[in-house]
Amino acid sequence: MKSLEELKSIREKMQAQVGLRAEEKDLTRIVVGMATCGIAAGARPVLTAFSDMVQQNGTKNVMVTQTGCIGLCMYEPIVEITVPGSEKVTYVKMDAEKAKEVFEQHIVRGQIVDKYTIK
Amino acid sequence: MMTEISLNILDVAQNSVRANATQISIAIKADTKKDCLCVVIADNGCGMTKEQVENVENPFFTTRTTRKVGLGVPFFKLAAEITGGSFRIDSVINEGTTVFAKFVLSSIDRMPLGDISATMYTLITMNTDKNFYYVYEVDDRKFILDTAEFKNILGDIPLNSPEVSDYIKGFLEENRHEVDNGIVL
Repeated sequence: MKSLEELKSIREKMQAQVGLRAEEKDLTRIVVGMATCGIAAGARPVLTAFSDMVQQNGTKNVMVTQTGCIGLCMYEPIVEITVPGSEKVTYVKMDAEKAKEVFEQHIVRGQIVDKYTIK
Repeated sequence: MMTEISLNILDVAQNSVRANATQISIAIKADTKKDCLCVVIADNGCGMTKEQVENVENPFFTTRTTRKVGLGVPFFKLAAEITGGSFRIDSVINEGTTVFAKFVLSSIDRMPLGDISATMYTLITMNTDKNFYYVYEVDDRKFILDTAEFKNILGDIPLNSPEVSDYIKGFLEENRHEVDNGIVL
């Protein structure tokens, strides 16, 4: 059983690091649609894949969030990515594998993955 | 149609989030002797009027404006009732809402519980301003995750910071395994 002691040591470790939290405007946003339509189409593994990638890569200034239904239910799971200073990019019919590819290409290398975007 | 009970829970719990609840409790209780799996989602959100409660099981009722159907609650209700189980919503305006779903464990029509840890992880890390009280119980063994307790320890360190969310993921998975010994519910 994982203990709360472990959480205490995480706190102590993190309090030692001085806050370097990025400002809102400098954040890249990954927004996953998580209404009934999105969840039924498989949004949860997509969201988890993005969170895991951010965690594994230790990527800074990236925020993974969720939103409700944007009215394009037939294209779910939908992911919107906004890099500061650029237009929002909308990816459709996503899955965990595509999410990894989009993370590597778009978030890490700055290359939009056209084949998954909405035309 | 959802493929896992845990996806229904994720979806219906979003209603609690949108109802501006500050406290959301989710309890999963499997009892092999009584042959049932009970799911209770309770919040202290804005609640619903009597008319809304009557309509919420109707798929063509929704408060949203982006589309004309609301399938979250009907899906959950159907999933429970096709197993021979039951479904109920109690709601008091300005006090909160409680959703009860009872599934017959051995029914061939019961969808699997699925990845409930992923559902809880998503809810907790995406809504760090809410308190979640999660109970996972199989027969006489159970574990509890109370984010209020986590927040007390962490102070101003957010639940979605990488080190903490990784701990939460491990906490959910390891404790689940200890409670159910890896059986597939």
